[in-house]
Amino acid sequence: MANPKSAYSVSTKKEKSDTHIIVVWVDNEAGVLARVVGLFSGRGYNIESLAVAEVDAKKNISRITIVTTGTPQVIDQIKLQLKKLVPVHKVADFKRNDKTVIFKEMALFKVVGNKNKIKKAINACKKYDAVILDKTKKSNVIQITALRREIDKMTKNLRKLGLVSVSRTGAVAMTRGDKVFN
Amino acid sequence: MSKLFTGAEIVFKCLKDQDVEFIFGYPGGAVLPIYDELKNHSSIKHILVRHEQGAGHAAEGYARSSGKPGVVLVTSGPGATNVVTALTDAYMDSVPLVCISGQVPTHLIGTDAFQECDTTGITRPCTKHNWLVKDIKDLSKVLHEAFQVATTGRPGPVLVDIPKDIQFAKTSYLKPKIKKKLNGKSLNNFSQKDIDHLIDLMNKSKKPIIYSGGGVINSGPEASEVLRELVELTGFPITSTLQGLGAYPGDDNQFLGMLGMHGTYEANNAMHDCDLLINIGARFDDRITGKIDEFSPKSKKVHIDIDPSSINKIIKVDLALVGDVKDVLKGINTTLKKKNIDLKKSNKQKISSWWEQIQKWRTKNSLNFINSDETIKPQYAVQKLYELTKDKDTFITTEVGQHQMWAAQHYKFNKPNRWMTSGGLGTMGYGLPAAVGVQIAHPKKLVIDIAGEASVLMTMQEMSTAVQYNLPIKIFILNNQYMGMVRQWQELLHEKNYSESYSEALPDFIKLAEAYGCKGIIAEKPFELDEKIKEMLKFDGPVIFDCRVDPNENCFPMIPSGKPHNQMILGPNEKEENKITGKGKALV
Repeated sequence: MANPKSAYSVSTKKEKSDTHIIVVWVDNEAGVLARVVGLFSGRGYNIESLAVAEVDAKKNISRITIVTTGTPQVIDQIKLQLKKLVPVHKVADFKRNDKTVIFKEMALFKVVGNKNKIKKAINACKKYDAVILDKTKKSNVIQITALRREIDKMTKNLRKLGLVSVSRTGAVAMTRGDKVFN
Repeated sequence: MSKLFTGAEIVFKCLKDQDVEFIFGYPGGAVLPIYDELKNHSSIKHILVRHEQGAGHAAEGYARSSGKPGVVLVTSGPGATNVVTALTDAYMDSVPLVCISGQVPTHLIGTDAFQECDTTGITRPCTKHNWLVKDIKDLSKVLHEAFQVATTGRPGPVLVDIPKDIQFAKTSYLKPKIKKKLNGKSLNNFSQKDIDHLIDLMNKSKKPIIYSGGGVINSGPEASEVLRELVELTGFPITSTLQGLGAYPGDDNQFLGMLGMHGTYEANNAMHDCDLLINIGARFDDRITGKIDEFSPKSKKVHIDIDPSSINKIIKVDLALVGDVKDVLKGINTTLKKKNIDLKKSNKQKISSWWEQIQKWRTKNSLNFINSDETIKPQYAVQKLYELTKDKDTFITTEVGQHQMWAAQHYKFNKPNRWMTSGGLGTMGYGLPAAVGVQIAHPKKLVIDIAGEASVLMTMQEMSTAVQYNLPIKIFILNNQYMGMVRQWQELLHEKNYSESYSEALPDFIKLAEAYGCKGIIAEKPFELDEKIKEMLKFDGPVIFDCRVDPNENCFPMIPSGKPHNQMILGPNEKEENKITGKGKALV
């Protein structure tokens, strides 16, 4: 916004952006996801991936995991703004490179081709806890759990081995050890 | 089994338990059961507006001037969409509103039924929270929670959408429960250590300034009392945002006037040069800060705010005290007194050269203008109005534009809750309906809307409301035939290309006033102003005052965008400094 006729000033200081995983515990009620997602879009924050499901049926609590990038100031704002939403109970924030936290994403690959190709594909997936979910003479559905960049890499590598369809989840996160985020 | 009530009855039981006296609304198909129930509840008076936006602004005026939440009742579809501007306005300026909207029956939701819209979807980004009540059993709980959310923490608007079948359905009524905290959203989160830290900073400071905002008003009249005490105890200079005017007496010597884009020279320069900046209930809005990178570069910054997300949002601060302004200031004052630190005495020496500097800036007399005997200068009109009404505990509302800034600059407020203006959203058409709401809250007081002719035409239909309820509001129009602020920007920034900012066909405001059944007054020459204003004040009823002012007058001083506080443009009296040439012109 360098337009000299603008009424608004522009900050010239540039801060470094980091990828963060934000975990939000919310009341599982109608519209709650729209509130959280609307806050991100309305304030111009980005969402790289999103995972949400109920985790406590008795207390009616859902856990939302959002991967986002932003400067430290933006990440702080995201957390503080989220905490203001009425159905939000608590908010946790982890850096992507935080060693004390486990991040996992899941992907399903459909591979179509001859036996040889399928075997190669399965082998390539092995180090990511590959599970064969469906098998026919001409195809396989393989499930892997891994980090985002590993799944990105696999998606690329499997192209030549007959990959025809990819479905993947957003990241979920959990701290290592006996500590629980409060 | 306890007695069963219809949804419509429950709405009124809740309103009574929340001590609601007035509802601003407009009936329609999807709220008819609630309107039907109105006759059975004489303690609640309904004010019929002429447009739902007017209902919202009137409720805002009511809330701001009384400190109580404003209640709005509208129908589904267009009723709800018309109130969106007012909800957004209230959200930006932290005004507590509870909006109840009708909705099509639950079985028709999602079918594109007549007058159906996704009300909770549309209002989600402009309310603190909203609810669609799909089960009658939730209704009383939701309504009580709505009042709590609207009025606690940083206040704001909420909306409850009630489908028509829920208004007919029956259930038992639940009284409001006294809830401790909403999902652990605590209000006060500061410690004595923070206060001690602040007092230490105050002790060390040589060039302090207090910058107070709307949070002081929202915290209640007591907050203004403790703010005055703090300023008295410290001897510090104080400036205020647009929304904070009235928290500190506008005619006091320690008050530097408003700061920001059209703030005074002394306030803005003091903000720039200070070594300690204490923000009390303000939010570093872009109209206040000017160029962020050069905002108050040499100061330690302290921020007192009830909203944790306001801290470090725009400006990074050195010390944050999250809490209700009143409680924080009380803590500071108590500590100052307990420690027997007489900052005023001990500081006098230390900050005396700072005050000398401020006096030097003051001599610029930055609100000055060149008066005329021929045409009425708008600033002169506001000054005259102030002189003739300052002894009357007057409530002022405004529209948005030049007149709003002149009112803020030249009308001096001495009490909180006397100044209602749309600051955050900048909603033209706010002032007239807001004046209606203020007059409802204070039937015996003098309520004046300082207006521009373009703004006021946006919600002019509410004059009809004023006449219906005998509300003697005075609409004081500074009529320059232009959208003045737009014209000013076009003059200064767009090579005097006055694109669409001139109103070619304005109504005859005298005849318009007569058509509405109120009084119209016109003033065209400076010498008749006194007499005409007195005539307006004497008239017991609503008045539209057409004050014909100089169409070419600009609002100064002004911080051009992209400039820091110490590079203001002053008025025509300072011609040599007022020249914008070459590169400077591009920066304005």
